[in-house]
Amino acid sequence: MQPDARDTGTATATATQPTQPTQPTSPRTPADLDNAAAIAAAAAARRRRRAVVWAVRLAAVVVWLVSWEVSATYWIDPFNYSKPTAIWHRLIDWFTKGTSAGSIWTQIATTLQEAVFGFVLGAILGVVLGILLGRSRFLSDVCAPFIKAANAVPRIVLASLFVIWFGLGLSSKIATALVLVFFAVFFNAFQGAREVDRNLVNNARILGASRTQVLTSIVVPSATSWILASLHAAFGFALIGAVVGEYTGADKGLGLLIATAQGSFDAAGIYAGMIITTVIALLAEWLLTGLENRLLRWRPPVAGGDAQL
Amino acid sequence: MTDDPVISLRSATKRFRGATGIHTAVHDLTLDVRPGEFLAVVGPTGCGKSTTLSLVSGLEPASAGEVLVRGAPVRGIPAGVGYMFQQDAILPWRSVLDNVAAGPRWRGAAKAEARERARGWVRRVGLGGFEGYYPHQLSGGMRKRVALAQTLVNEPEMLLMDEPFSALDVQTRGLMQDELLRLWAGTGAAVIFVTHDLEEAISLADRVIVMTTAPATVKASFDIPLSRPRNVEEVRLTAAFLDIYREVWDSLREEVARSRAQGTGQGVDHAA
Ligand SMILES: Nc1ncnc2c1ncn2[C@@H]1O[C@H](COP(=O)(O)OP(=O)(O)OP(=O)(O)O)[C@@H](O)[C@H]1O
Ligand SMILES: [Mg+2]
Repeated sequence: MQPDARDTGTATATATQPTQPTQPTSPRTPADLDNAAAIAAAAAARRRRRAVVWAVRLAAVVVWLVSWEVSATYWIDPFNYSKPTAIWHRLIDWFTKGTSAGSIWTQIATTLQEAVFGFVLGAILGVVLGILLGRSRFLSDVCAPFIKAANAVPRIVLASLFVIWFGLGLSSKIATALVLVFFAVFFNAFQGAREVDRNLVNNARILGASRTQVLTSIVVPSATSWILASLHAAFGFALIGAVVGEYTGADKGLGLLIATAQGSFDAAGIYAGMIITTVIALLAEWLLTGLENRLLRWRPPVAGGDAQL
Repeated sequence: MTDDPVISLRSATKRFRGATGIHTAVHDLTLDVRPGEFLAVVGPTGCGKSTTLSLVSGLEPASAGEVLVRGAPVRGIPAGVGYMFQQDAILPWRSVLDNVAAGPRWRGAAKAEARERARGWVRRVGLGGFEGYYPHQLSGGMRKRVALAQTLVNEPEMLLMDEPFSALDVQTRGLMQDELLRLWAGTGAAVIFVTHDLEEAISLADRVIVMTTAPATVKASFDIPLSRPRNVEEVRLTAAFLDIYREVWDSLREEVARSRAQGTGQGVDHAA
């Protein structure tokens, strides 16, 4: 696969006259051997480094859990601080016997449903409005003070308002999650649509793109990396919105479990609820990273990719 | 009809509101380009060459005077205009092939047809085999070729090129210049080619105009009496080339000196 005929024509020609036609698969020259050895050595070094990183991580977790367990057993009051074994037993209990509010899976499904709906609706609204305002000077001038004011409202308080408006069901939690997600996504989409390279837009217009085509094939893709960056944080916000909404008033959900645990001074229950929520957030993060990598395939690989968080 | 200019500027003036007040980038510029003519524009840096092209392309309206394309005043982007920008402007999230196919797609061609035409142009600019590459995987010279193919695939009647090769090394530049002449021959397109490199201007063009220091206006126009087809490497060694070079350089030198005195820039490459 040597694409440029002009520059590599001769190289291709010589390469097709193998010097050792009998051993086409084995390394041919000392240089090749060196290369293969270097690649293998680099791979081994990378594997060793990864193993060390994981070993240290594991050790840190073990030290932390053991010291917590030991101190909760001998020195501090496990009633307030709980301890790893108690949390573990609580988790086992929830998954095998169910919770005070019913099956644990119902709680997880409820919270997940609220978070996902809030996330999707909030993200769509944020992207659409962000891009619209980012591209229209007039609209953004008109809306700027309202957006700023709305953004300044402590949004968690809205959860209480939504419970009054929409009742104890799903919709009040979805609304809370939606509001949290919307602002996170909106500002990034707005900025992304603003910072579109003028050259790209001009070039597209010269090449024949209409206004809508400029929007769909230049503005949206340019803003995509901004938007995707915000989506990572946004799913976390959606979960927070759902859990806080449930906490404020609900009949099912992880937030309700945490609220119930708090009501009965059950520290282990609070931790257990936290852990489940965290696992969900991590899974969502993993899915979003996959999506991002797919959509941003065109980007050059980040230097020092291992160091990425 | 045949010799009516395709592009003509009549006392065109362009002012910008800058940080320090109103800045006149182009002043009272009058210029005609005939169909099929290859016009090179040289002038000190910052004098207003890119601005002139943006007036012709319809991206910027003139502040005063008239810009006509095919006899009609320019409002919006005129049909049949192609513009290679000074800066990289290919889409980083599209592969080489899809970048080149963009123009036909936007102009309503079916996907398969657009790709077929794009494939032909990718090959013609010497990028056969790189269709699936993304811009960040290409060298600067290869990206310029993508931009060239992207522009030419629309078969423009007027081709505006803003220092398309100035970022390339000398060898690649020579190669691209030859390629440009080869691709241009037979298209019948009028070209306005802006460059800092006087050698490049003379070896490519039918006519070279020298612009004054800012605000830009035409200082002098020189017909280039070199025959076509040309080989840019060889034509530079002929006596006729050196004569015309000296003549144009004399005119340009004064402007560059004035530009330096004004502190607007570093002037123009003087390679001979
Ligand atoms: N959009 C703009 N707003 C304000 N000033 C501008 C704008 N575009 C160009 N100018 C000014 O107009 C002048 C001419 O710019 P232009 O880009 O046309 O120069 P140029 O001849 O192409 O220079 P170079 O050879 O360095 O590319 C410059 O002084 C520049 O500052
Ligand atoms: Mg310029």
